[in-house]
Amino acid sequence: MSKTLSGRSFWRRCVFSTNHKVIAVQYLITGILFLAMGGVMALLIRWQLAYPWQPIPLIGKLLFPGSGGAVTPEAYPMLFTMHGGIMVFFAITPILLGAMGNYTIPLEVGARDMAFPRLNMLSYWLLFLGSALILLSFVVPGGAAGFGWTIYTPLSSSTEVSPGWGQDLFILGLALDAVSILMGGLNYITTIMQLRAPGLTLRRLPLTLWGLFYSAVLNTLWLPIVAAALFMVLCDRRLGTAFFVAGPLAPHAGGQVLLYQHLFWGFGHPEVYILIFPVWGLVGDLLSVFSRKPAFGYKATVVSMLAITILSGIVWGHHMFTSGMNPLVGKAFMLLTITISVPTAIFFLNWLGTLWRGAIRLTVPMLFALGVVFVFAIGGLTGLFNALQTFDVYIHDTYFVVGHFHYTLAASVLFGAYAFIYYWFPKIFGRQMSPLLGRLHFGLSFLFLNAVFSGMFVVGLHGHMRRIADATTYEFLKPMQAWNVWIGWAALGLGLAQLLFFYNFVRSLLQGRAASANPWQAGSLAWTVSSPPPEHNFEARPRVFCGPHEYGVPELTDGDWLVQTDPRATTLAKN
Amino acid sequence: MGMSTFPPDISTTGYLVDRLFWLATGLTGVAFAAVVGALGYFLVRYRARPGRRAFYTHGNSPRALLLTGGLALVVFLLIDVNLAYHDHVAWAVVWGAPPSAREALRVEIMPEQFAWNIRYAGPDGQFRTKDDVTTINQLHIPANRPVMVQLSSKDVIHSFFLPNLRIKMDAVPGMVTSLYFQAKRSGTYDIACAEHCGFGHYRMRGFLVVEESGEAFNAWLAEQINEGAPDLSWGWQWAVSAPRASGTHPRRFASSREMRSISGTEPRKSLGDFSGQREASGVPGLGREARHE
Repeated sequence: MSKTLSGRSFWRRCVFSTNHKVIAVQYLITGILFLAMGGVMALLIRWQLAYPWQPIPLIGKLLFPGSGGAVTPEAYPMLFTMHGGIMVFFAITPILLGAMGNYTIPLEVGARDMAFPRLNMLSYWLLFLGSALILLSFVVPGGAAGFGWTIYTPLSSSTEVSPGWGQDLFILGLALDAVSILMGGLNYITTIMQLRAPGLTLRRLPLTLWGLFYSAVLNTLWLPIVAAALFMVLCDRRLGTAFFVAGPLAPHAGGQVLLYQHLFWGFGHPEVYILIFPVWGLVGDLLSVFSRKPAFGYKATVVSMLAITILSGIVWGHHMFTSGMNPLVGKAFMLLTITISVPTAIFFLNWLGTLWRGAIRLTVPMLFALGVVFVFAIGGLTGLFNALQTFDVYIHDTYFVVGHFHYTLAASVLFGAYAFIYYWFPKIFGRQMSPLLGRLHFGLSFLFLNAVFSGMFVVGLHGHMRRIADATTYEFLKPMQAWNVWIGWAALGLGLAQLLFFYNFVRSLLQGRAASANPWQAGSLAWTVSSPPPEHNFEARPRVFCGPHEYGVPELTDGDWLVQTDPRATTLAKN
Repeated sequence: MGMSTFPPDISTTGYLVDRLFWLATGLTGVAFAAVVGALGYFLVRYRARPGRRAFYTHGNSPRALLLTGGLALVVFLLIDVNLAYHDHVAWAVVWGAPPSAREALRVEIMPEQFAWNIRYAGPDGQFRTKDDVTTINQLHIPANRPVMVQLSSKDVIHSFFLPNLRIKMDAVPGMVTSLYFQAKRSGTYDIACAEHCGFGHYRMRGFLVVEESGEAFNAWLAEQINEGAPDLSWGWQWAVSAPRASGTHPRRFASSREMRSISGTEPRKSLGDFSGQREASGVPGLGREARHE
């Protein structure tokens, strides 16, 4: 460890640090804690759906003392609202963008830190403030927000129907998080564009960095829109404006209800790709490392990601087919949406191409990467059903949609987050995680996760609406109750399987085997320095001679791969 | 826990929706099987073994690009364009061919937290007049006759969902949206709210009662008229011309003053304006004219 590090106080070193690796770990811990919290909420939701209004065993009395341990009609909307908001903005975003972005970008471009270290620190602390507001919202009178994480107006924007400061705190917390992610995005773009080591051309970037780059571009383009919309909702609530209120609730002339939905989904659809791009990039890198083979069709993959970046900004209307929006506009949105199939198909073909004739090692991160390919195939293909206007009208706002976006946003992204943690853990903490526990974690998660989300397709196809607290209210949903019980128990299994991960994480942190500098035999720059890396990463500016995926190079006799700093690459590598 | 798929279809057009699903399932199923099949095969066939080295290729050759690009295009044409075409055909029937105003039964629905306010025009064919029939949560319709529904909302967004007819449409405050359908089987079915509208969302259930015949329906309607005293606090006039058959449905924006007026949150005085002589002459309750009164 560097001497400068130990010379500073604990606070400067571990809390108010500008070092990207420390900030990454802060994001990681924050994200994992909120992941656990959002997961427990999911279990409470599934309990209520499986056994409506029954007291929750063990923890029920603690959480809902007023009702004898059962979820109440007032509490249920809070549960699904906070589950969605927390998972998207305070669990997945901090892990995939915050932790993965912060940790990998400077190390993989050969830089000593981010381009703007202080801005980086500010990003984290804004997220911290935002998450504090979110936590605070649970304890204010009236409870947490209950209008759904999509914050649809006028349910959200009128204090007549959604009173209580918990609602405002949620919106404010989200807005702060949006500003934090925006700053992070600017930092990522600048660092990737400006701080690359000599020889590290754009064509030699790891795919993870391309994913993070496009994700950051989408963030800087679309987050300001949703942040503005959120502030407008706050103005509607507390300052008497009427941007998004119309009809009898409107105080004066009234505004436009649908405008909010356009603004929200203008951000909301790119958000899907904001979260999935880093995962896709990581999967591309991992399939290459563990097939011991260069990433197949690297250029086509990067261009496909660019195509999706552009398309993702012009398809938001497919969330609004039943909103009363002009159906002819809907048709255009349908056609644009299905066009995303082309670059996505290229992605899948290139992943398969990477595995083709490889020498595949089924390590734990590889298992999770392959898991992403499997679950995203389901998530992506079911997206097509939702894109079809006539069919979507039927399944809109049902569990079919919930199943679809959990396959893309929960299953894929969660597996991606785990792939990141299992792969980078030795570099970050200098210790190995237990592969046995990791395999068990993967196997059980894979099983239960598919049981949960495929069950959602079944009930959704039957018309089971989302966000209803009790399906037994409806005659036509009676046959679905057995499925709700099934999903509930599968969800519990999924939740319990995550305990293996927490145990493995903490145990390895304390007493895991020491990791070498390059335990995965990877080629990118991060793996040329010690584990964990020195405070400023590189003693001298590294010089790059080839791409990050030079595996299976035929002429090599000492191992089968070239690191990017290996001068022999000038004659041996093809990229 | 049977492998039931859709709830029973009682509509004349629902089969188109169900058929789209099965077509999409078949086509994407083939793509999914191909991906997972290749994945599984490669994992076994190309697993790491001592002494074997991976094939060193970057897959950037024109041949590789042509192959991936070509396959992606084939997938696009066979699955996506195919599905979009069938969706287009289905849409034209389900949403693009509204019945004429004369043959259809016209109904206004204005939900609020957490109930469905339903209104029939009564014998004079005009909405918001004294011979109207208003119900709460009870939508009676005759079988085998097209029904045209216009929706708005008293408070937040609700979504009018008829699972047994495979359609839904949001009820948005400040707007009038519409949908049409025709039931072919009598019985009582669920009306569901599909848009989260507050803590009572889950119990915002209505009943769709499909009467066996026009006579049975008329008898029910007459019974309701005799009971009298319709709720005159809300309602609006329909545009004189029937919705165009061009695939668009009537969709007009109203100022909040107009919406307050049609939803009854303004003093009685303006209500009188609405139920007077001019309304019978077809002044659209939501048109711009209303603003200059």
